[in-house]
Amino acid sequence: MSAETIQSRREWLLSDRPASRLQARLGRAYVAWRRFSANRLALVGMLIIIALVLVAALADVLAPYSATVGDLKNARLLPPSAAHWFGTDDLGRDIYSRIVYGARWTLYVVILVAIIAAPIGLLVGTVAGYAGGWTDTILMRITDIFLAFPKLVLALAFVAALGPGIENAVLAIAITSWPPYARIARAETLTVRNSDYIKAVQLMGASPFRIVLRHIMPLCISSLIIRVTLDMAGIILTAAGLGFLGLGAQPPLPEWGAMIASGRRFILDQWWVAAAPGAAILIVSLGFNLLGDGLRDALDPRSGDQ
Amino acid sequence: MNGDTLLEVDDLRVTFPTRTGIVQAVRGVSFSLGRERLGIVGESGSGKSQTGRAIMGLTPPQAEVSAKKLAFNGIDLLSISPRQRRSLRGNRIAMILQDPKYSLDPVMTIGRQIVETLRTHEKVSRAEARERALAMLQAVQIRDPARVFDLYPHEVSGGMGQRAMIAMMLITGPELMIADEPTSALDVTVQLDVLKILDKLVAERGMGLIFISHDLRLVSSFCDRVVVMYAGKVVEQIKASELRDAQHPYTRGLLNCMPRIGFERHPLPVLDRKPEWAA
Amino acid sequence: MSVAENQVAAGRGSARAVAILSSLGRFLVVAVTTYLGLLAVTFFIGRVIPIDPVLAVLGDRAPTAVVERTRREMGLDLPWIEQFYLYVKAALRGDFGTSVLTTNPVMADIRRVFPATIELATLGTIIGAVIGVPLGVLAAVKRGSLIDQIARVVGLIGYSVPIFWLGLLGLVLFYAKLQWIAFPARLDVVYEYTFTPITGFYLLDAAIQGQWDVFHDAWRHIVLPAALLGYLSLAYISRMTRSFMLNELAQEYIVAARAKGLSETRIIWGHALRNAAVPMVTVIALSYANLLEGSVLTETVFSWPGIGLYITNSLQNADMNAVLGGTIAIGSVFIAINLLSDLLYRLLDPRTKTG
Ligand SMILES: Nc1ncnc2c1ncn2[C@@H]1O[C@H](COP(=O)(O)OP(=O)(O)O)[C@@H](O)[C@H]1O
Ligand SMILES: [Mg+2]
Repeated sequence: MSAETIQSRREWLLSDRPASRLQARLGRAYVAWRRFSANRLALVGMLIIIALVLVAALADVLAPYSATVGDLKNARLLPPSAAHWFGTDDLGRDIYSRIVYGARWTLYVVILVAIIAAPIGLLVGTVAGYAGGWTDTILMRITDIFLAFPKLVLALAFVAALGPGIENAVLAIAITSWPPYARIARAETLTVRNSDYIKAVQLMGASPFRIVLRHIMPLCISSLIIRVTLDMAGIILTAAGLGFLGLGAQPPLPEWGAMIASGRRFILDQWWVAAAPGAAILIVSLGFNLLGDGLRDALDPRSGDQ
Repeated sequence: MNGDTLLEVDDLRVTFPTRTGIVQAVRGVSFSLGRERLGIVGESGSGKSQTGRAIMGLTPPQAEVSAKKLAFNGIDLLSISPRQRRSLRGNRIAMILQDPKYSLDPVMTIGRQIVETLRTHEKVSRAEARERALAMLQAVQIRDPARVFDLYPHEVSGGMGQRAMIAMMLITGPELMIADEPTSALDVTVQLDVLKILDKLVAERGMGLIFISHDLRLVSSFCDRVVVMYAGKVVEQIKASELRDAQHPYTRGLLNCMPRIGFERHPLPVLDRKPEWAA
Repeated sequence: MSVAENQVAAGRGSARAVAILSSLGRFLVVAVTTYLGLLAVTFFIGRVIPIDPVLAVLGDRAPTAVVERTRREMGLDLPWIEQFYLYVKAALRGDFGTSVLTTNPVMADIRRVFPATIELATLGTIIGAVIGVPLGVLAAVKRGSLIDQIARVVGLIGYSVPIFWLGLLGLVLFYAKLQWIAFPARLDVVYEYTFTPITGFYLLDAAIQGQWDVFHDAWRHIVLPAALLGYLSLAYISRMTRSFMLNELAQEYIVAARAKGLSETRIIWGHALRNAAVPMVTVIALSYANLLEGSVLTETVFSWPGIGLYITNSLQNADMNAVLGGTIAIGSVFIAINLLSDLLYRLLDPRTKTG
């Protein structure tokens, strides 16, 4: 591809008068990408998340040992070495391998919470915003009530009732994390509700259900994605906290929070058992935070410095 | 110019480096000012405010200011230290901003804001500062100074807020006042009141005034001389009384755009802009 | 001054009274519904989710007579709505049932442990605000500079780090290796039996009684957990301060302040920060509420005998009354702080005073 064709493609993308909706969309995406990629920290964040996905996908190849079965006789609580990069735990399991497999559980939690909580928030917010009146008042009061709760403590109580386990932890976190999404979706709905575009769709006789689903929800997606990305770190930390308290993933699952809990007993002498999984949590949360910040700045230039 | 020259501006330039390139907001403005009223007119974005701010030393840090000469009372403003510059600001050179709604600190009472200017530049006791602030409020024709002294900016009207702003800036008795569209944000009914107050104080105290406005008629009735700016340049300097005979087509355009009672004009005139004027 | 302005001034008194009354009314509605919402959720968790709520409260080894009595006391044979009514009534009296683990009324347990949590969270917030506010201000003023970058990294790590892990590493370093601080607890064992607290805040109590050895010991126990919570709060406070300050520094009144010839110091701390202080109060209050909640994990790591440790201990023993009582206690304080900070905001901002 010559420099000239690249140049002309750029011009096509950046055109003031896009000829098609696709061109306009691609153009906007290109501008957002340029802003995003100019932010080096955001790129680091994205690399971390890509690495997380790759590690989770290739865990079977990357992990030299089993994540659940250890060498109790010969390999208990070994310090980091060439054979065991991050040492071994009290059951003789290789900590590096457990962290590699743990990436799967981290992704599992994050994705499940996102696909449960985001649609709930989206539904509540768009319905409240589009319907207005009492529906809006009541739905938003409920949302505000949930927003005023202490999330971690409430999640704890939920898991206490549901019983410990990673699925219940996911459910508890999802139940406590939808309210901000509802607020965002409502705000976006309010800005488009009275637009000529929605008026036109109404005139064509579309049902409210169809309007909300087909025309309003898609408009809320991009701000929702930013917010969900920014929340990912919080979700990971809450899940790890639940795991640490013994309420999340149960042994022998290699979940990072639970691994810290099991390392706690040896923390003063065999500090590496708890150190490595905590560092993994820190790096991944940092990745999501950097990525979220970058996305926000790129897609929503108004809030550039917030 | 004679020894009475208050301010000399020669080839003033202000440039902003931005992501999309360099923006030249002011491109070689020159004029000089005695104890008189000089108007600067031009359409929005022509560089009037940036000219005023460069004289004040309030250009944003990322911008660059240069001039062959920028002297106030013989003091070279571009070579003195920031500290010296600051001691001139609000003391010997003052500035009134456009909208009192935004230019007064919302969480500080009007009285405290006036006293603050005074005590920054003069060693006066608290009680004396209060006395002088009250007198100044009286001078800008606020009837109940003691009450207004303790009000917050949002508790007064725009006209009153702008009077407070004038009081805040005049309390130290500056020699030069830069008024940047001081009445543009006000209701038409109070614009004249505020202008009269400003006019009276400037005359009484023998100050020099730079009056920035986009309204040529206002400027021509209010000032002795007029500088017409276009795209960061001075296109014409003229006595206000001779404005009818202005030569430059841009000035003539601005004049033509002023509505006059008794003349119906169709179509409404459109301001002509030619790139060569900016060259 | 115009006639209209005089009238406005005269009418301001009564308008202000109406404004205060109406915002007080709104405040009450919000407070009541939020608290009822909290109780509804704990009711749901305690009564609806478990297959047998009595079992959840008593455990499975209670004698049948006790089980039957409890069943009647909880009103489990009544319709949901009546049960909820009884539940709310009991909660308003401060009756959260009895803890299986301690055999005390849950409320009595909470009263005993709460001061420890308050002491920890308060100290944490003080640390966070004292460092976070100036850091945020400097970051905003020297935007893009080294200090801004440092503040940013410090904040990002604070947002990303698992606090319990940082606590464990802190123990390894400061307790085991350096021996700067005392072991995880609130006081050394020697003092546990000789020291009689008055308010329940040990630092304060020791200072009042002039027992400086106890004060020193209490300090050596609290300093690390408080510093950790302080770090979390610092991350949040400095970031918000920076953003508020950037917003204020871009306002016209800052240009006016410069035009008056004020020094940068005076402009930043006397004008911009004063304006930013209004929303900052909310931020600091929210951060305090978050630390109360965050105490659950921190207290577990540092064996700090507060409400967080109480909840986690109860969790491990399936002591549902205690868990939910603790949840309601933290939730109530959390909600109260949220609401009060909102009210405080209105009081501090002269612009909202006149409605
Ligand atoms: N901070 C800035 N960055 C870049 N350009 C600026 C900035 N401030 C002003 N300008 C540019 O300077 C020019 C003159 O602005 P200004 O002096 O405010 O105009 P006026 O007061 O005549 O309306 C404008 O074209 C504006 O775009
Ligand atoms: Mg201007």
